[in-house]
Amino acid sequence: MDQFTINLLFVGASFALYIGIAIWARAGSTSEFYAAGRGVHPVTNGMATAADWMSAASFISMAGLIAFTGYDNSTYLMGWTGGYVLLALLLAPYLRKFGKYTVSEFIGDRFYSQTARIVAVVCLIVASVTYVIGQMTGVGVAFGRFLEVDNTTGLLIGAAVVFAYAVFGGMKGVTYTQVAQYVVLIMAYTIPAIFISLQLTGNPIPALGLFGDHAASGEPLLAKLDAIVNELGFNEYTAHHGDTFNMLLFTLSLMIGTAGLPHVIMRFFTVPKVSDARWSAGWALVFIALLYLTAPAVGAMARLNISEMMWPNGGIEGGAVTLEQIESDERYDWMDTWQKTGLLGWEDKNGDGAIQYYNDGNADLQAIAAEKGWAGNELTNFNRDILVLANPEIANLPGWVIGLVAAGGLAAALSTAAGLLLAISSAVSHDLIKGALNPQISEKGELLSARIAMAVAILVATYLGLNPPGFAAQTVALAFGLAAASIFPALMMGIFSTKVNNTGAVAGMIAGITVTLIYIFLHKGWFFIPDTNSFTDANPLLGTVKSTSFGAIGAAINFAVAYVVSGMTKETPAHIQELVESVRVPRGAGAAQNK
Amino acid sequence: MAENSSNSAYWSANVRIIVISLIIWAIVSFGFGILLRPMLSGIAVGGTDLGFWFAQQGSIIVFLILIFNYAWRMNKLDREHGVDEE
Repeated sequence: MDQFTINLLFVGASFALYIGIAIWARAGSTSEFYAAGRGVHPVTNGMATAADWMSAASFISMAGLIAFTGYDNSTYLMGWTGGYVLLALLLAPYLRKFGKYTVSEFIGDRFYSQTARIVAVVCLIVASVTYVIGQMTGVGVAFGRFLEVDNTTGLLIGAAVVFAYAVFGGMKGVTYTQVAQYVVLIMAYTIPAIFISLQLTGNPIPALGLFGDHAASGEPLLAKLDAIVNELGFNEYTAHHGDTFNMLLFTLSLMIGTAGLPHVIMRFFTVPKVSDARWSAGWALVFIALLYLTAPAVGAMARLNISEMMWPNGGIEGGAVTLEQIESDERYDWMDTWQKTGLLGWEDKNGDGAIQYYNDGNADLQAIAAEKGWAGNELTNFNRDILVLANPEIANLPGWVIGLVAAGGLAAALSTAAGLLLAISSAVSHDLIKGALNPQISEKGELLSARIAMAVAILVATYLGLNPPGFAAQTVALAFGLAAASIFPALMMGIFSTKVNNTGAVAGMIAGITVTLIYIFLHKGWFFIPDTNSFTDANPLLGTVKSTSFGAIGAAINFAVAYVVSGMTKETPAHIQELVESVRVPRGAGAAQNK
Repeated sequence: MAENSSNSAYWSANVRIIVISLIIWAIVSFGFGILLRPMLSGIAVGGTDLGFWFAQQGSIIVFLILIFNYAWRMNKLDREHGVDEE
């Protein structure tokens, strides 16, 4: 059986499973559609949250970004897990106690203002659509590879699948489907990592293998990796090279953004009790940590494998891989298959029949290149987003592992895209239309508008996904910045302060998201349309602050504006202060569920 | 009135646990993982140093402990102050 057939079998079987579960648990009433009847066990909920949360960014993209940058991209690891601490301590139990369906309902009620609710809805939609763009990038990579078509075709097919899937599921379908997706996803991520860790270090646990010894040389794995990348003129893997301030700010933005994303917060509305909401956040992080503790090992080991494949005879002295080897040696088959997607490319610039992979921006290597007659780096294109999916092929693992990774990558991208589409559609139909524009809408009309909103969201995301503002994880990081600057501060102030009033919250959210959005658009292009940017992240407007790191500053602006404006305007009414007091204690949460 | 003062004692106990947890949260990530890494560079861990380990492994493990500890302590606190769910 060839690899293509194996991939189709694995992808097909996993899809049949998800769709089967979705049909079995098909959503009925609106109450079930949104919050799955509020009857989900904390462990189940944690697993579903993990699947929802770990998207194309975590599964497909993140290890690749770590692999090619090293230590400096630890930001993704700390940021995307550290946010759960904020979520568990500062938001989840109180929002569950409040007991409404959506994040913007809380903001609307707490700040006793229809305007606040609408502003929150708009912020949610902006952040979620940006997030879906990142997912579509990952969907394109995954479908492109496994259907063996180019990236664009893969993206279009993927978009159709995501849409069909989200429209028919609803959240109950999504909750149990996502448990199945989590299982597929985590197996797909860890099994190849275990194989590779065994090959390289003899240790079956990748997180330990990363800090173990490289079996072939006897040296510590990371020391070996540092030596190889150094020889090729790249930055040392374990060292800190970038700007420390930007690194701190970026990590903080991801953390705050994690705690401000609607599709994750919504999950905590579905547990039966406030105490369960606290446990749920912990269980979610347990399931997420299984992948996040493995990801740095995947990145480092892949980088080592790729460097050794490009220089198969012991570094530069032994000579580069030859074109003939790439064509005939089956260990290099992955290069041919990935070339078809347009995401991997090489070119024999100096015509010597070999592909020299090195950093041609490094002065020492330029000297060596001049001496040896190289004409620049010849591995001309290596899209970071292909690394995880190509990894089992690079390590020459059995066909079924490759098929499993295909299924896992699609599970990751699909589950998050579906969760986000649900958040967007409920924001539009429940908050915007039913809550503000047309409160008399029938239940049927509300469901219909939810589905139309999903369709529009996916069309926009697909269009922008064709020319994404960055690799999947980078685009997703922008979405986190937007959520950090708008939603998180409003939620936190709503719970922890009785002083912040309607005007303050609205002004804070508008200031936070506007400034952040403008900063992002200045660097990534207006509405992410290419070539409309005035600055680049290599040379940002504010010193070293990249557009991906701006969310934390946006959040600070939000907090500051809200407090100042609240101080100048009318005090919060007594019944709202009582509402805040009641949200702070768990007792009485039972009554709130039956809305 | 009695209920209010009990609630405010409950709330300040909660805020205290949150503040302590967030200090630890910041120390392991922003501290050990980034800013204080040069100070930890003397402690070797498998070919690199402790700061690198905290940035890629340790901080995540500590985050987990923090969340479960918070859930456990708060659920206990709820009962002590009589504000738990029946």
